[in-house]
Amino acid sequence: MSQKTEELKAVSRTTITRRQWIWKEMKKNKVAYLMVAPYMILFTIFTVLPVVLSAFISFTNFNMIDIAGTEFLFFENYISLFFDDDIFLIACKNTLIFAAIVGPVSYLMSFLVAWFINELSPRIRALVTLVFYAPSISGQVFTIWGAFFGSDAYSWANAWLMEIGMITEPINWFKDVKYIMPLCIIVALWTSLGTSFLSFIAGLQGIDRSMYEAGAVDGVKNRWQELWYITLPSMRPQLMFGAIMAITGAFGFGGIVDALCGFPSTDYAAHTIMHHLNDYAGSRYEMGYASAIAVVLFAIMIGANMVVKRALSKVGT
Amino acid sequence: MAKLRTRKHKVVLSRSAGGDAGITVLLVILGVFMFLPMVYAVSQSLKPLDELWMYPPRFFAKNPTWTNFRDLFMLMNTSWVPFSRYIFNTILISVGGTFGHLFLASLCAYALAKIKFPGGQVMFKTVQTSLMFHSTITAVCSFMIMSAFHMIDTLWAVIVPAWASTLGLYLMKQFMDTNVHDTVLESARLDGAREIHIWWTIAMPMVKPAWLTLIIYSFQGLWNSGSSIYIYSEQWKSFNYAIGQITAGGIRRAGASAAAMVLMMAVPIIVFVVSQSNIIETMGSSGMKD
Repeated sequence: MSQKTEELKAVSRTTITRRQWIWKEMKKNKVAYLMVAPYMILFTIFTVLPVVLSAFISFTNFNMIDIAGTEFLFFENYISLFFDDDIFLIACKNTLIFAAIVGPVSYLMSFLVAWFINELSPRIRALVTLVFYAPSISGQVFTIWGAFFGSDAYSWANAWLMEIGMITEPINWFKDVKYIMPLCIIVALWTSLGTSFLSFIAGLQGIDRSMYEAGAVDGVKNRWQELWYITLPSMRPQLMFGAIMAITGAFGFGGIVDALCGFPSTDYAAHTIMHHLNDYAGSRYEMGYASAIAVVLFAIMIGANMVVKRALSKVGT
Repeated sequence: MAKLRTRKHKVVLSRSAGGDAGITVLLVILGVFMFLPMVYAVSQSLKPLDELWMYPPRFFAKNPTWTNFRDLFMLMNTSWVPFSRYIFNTILISVGGTFGHLFLASLCAYALAKIKFPGGQVMFKTVQTSLMFHSTITAVCSFMIMSAFHMIDTLWAVIVPAWASTLGLYLMKQFMDTNVHDTVLESARLDGAREIHIWWTIAMPMVKPAWLTLIIYSFQGLWNSGSSIYIYSEQWKSFNYAIGQITAGGIRRAGASAAAMVLMMAVPIIVFVVSQSNIIETMGSSGMKD
């Protein structure tokens, strides 16, 4: 009998090929394609296509002013980026420093704050959430730091430093090469408890309480062990999502510098890859070169994402 | 947060007093760091001009006034393009962009989450990867594509891409995966309901927190959108951009710009407070399945 069913299966498998099967499935699910189409078409036009196009254009000298003179350059843009463009190297250095500090710190801060407030009563938790989340949704409010660290004696930082005799004349905080990076990093951290913060709070709320009881029975001694063996492993999806948000935020940083230091910042002290890209695309219209910068930035972000993914897979082991 | 008792068996989890104290202190310090600048922003907007330029500066206003807000509204009335125009633009962008996105993304998310069809997985994987595309990376080519569609220097250049933004679709898909149960959908299908009908009358009410969250995210982003590289005509610029112009006026405008800042931050905060409970609930199922 078993032989018979084998035969039957074999027959049914050969009656349609894989391609025919897919075609049949596609026809059966026509509705699904109709439902997906409007979003997917727009998504392709405004997200996928630009990325693919940039990758292609980065190998040419495409220029908005002289479109007819477009030539295929192979890797010339990339070579000049890394060997002839000193400002790009400064931008790379700044971006990496910035991302290496702001990415991890904002990620840890988001998680720790979410974890600390998790055991508070709901009403207090809601209030604390608002306090920490508000700076990231309030648009331009970070420019208040510009008033705090203003250039004249009427700003807080200068007035009080002069009052206690630390300095004799006001410091031009956001124009002084020594202070630009640290200040911008502080402001960026201040605005960084955003989407991932909310996602962590929700992830923590969603953990099944009985797992902690089981842990206590199994010999989990303190809250740190609890965190490592129970909490972190059970919210891995949120951790991954938060990491992607932190990476995009840390590498795409730039708007804060523009608003506080002006563009370009003094001696390019806070010039990031994003500024460099905007400079070439927005002011010089050298799209080929700008696209090469974009591709490099994207590659760095993908790399950072892979590193983070690997690190997160070790959590709780 | 002295001792955490779990509901069922009253097992006392290990919590040391020292740990609690340490965490509380840390939280308070961080909280002050986060909150003080916001308070300072509000107090700046309430200071009369002479107090803004007082040495040494005071943190709180001594004689709080509404003068700055009045100055701001007067400045708005004298601008070259009427201020109502900027506000109209921003509201149109925020509302149009948000609801278009909500409609398209939830429709797409329903099909991706609840109907199995060839290619669905690939589509979602692409969307997931594109969470990492920063808008700067795509800006150059978006510009060219938009000019091909004659969208440059119209509000469409902001609204249409917002319809296809990624975070919203991602949220809706994750939420539909976990919160809409297949058995309900199956019985509806057996009754002969059409998919579009099931999406609207069964799935959408089940994921109400998700679309509330989507509205808030999208609205915040669009409300705060400043000058876009795709728009250069003055009459199509956003409220945030115009506020920025006032702030850029320098010392003479210090009072008005402090007021403008408070005005701009109030709207997203109010929107968040109103819907906070819903947001937190949603984010619980928004994680990334590795």
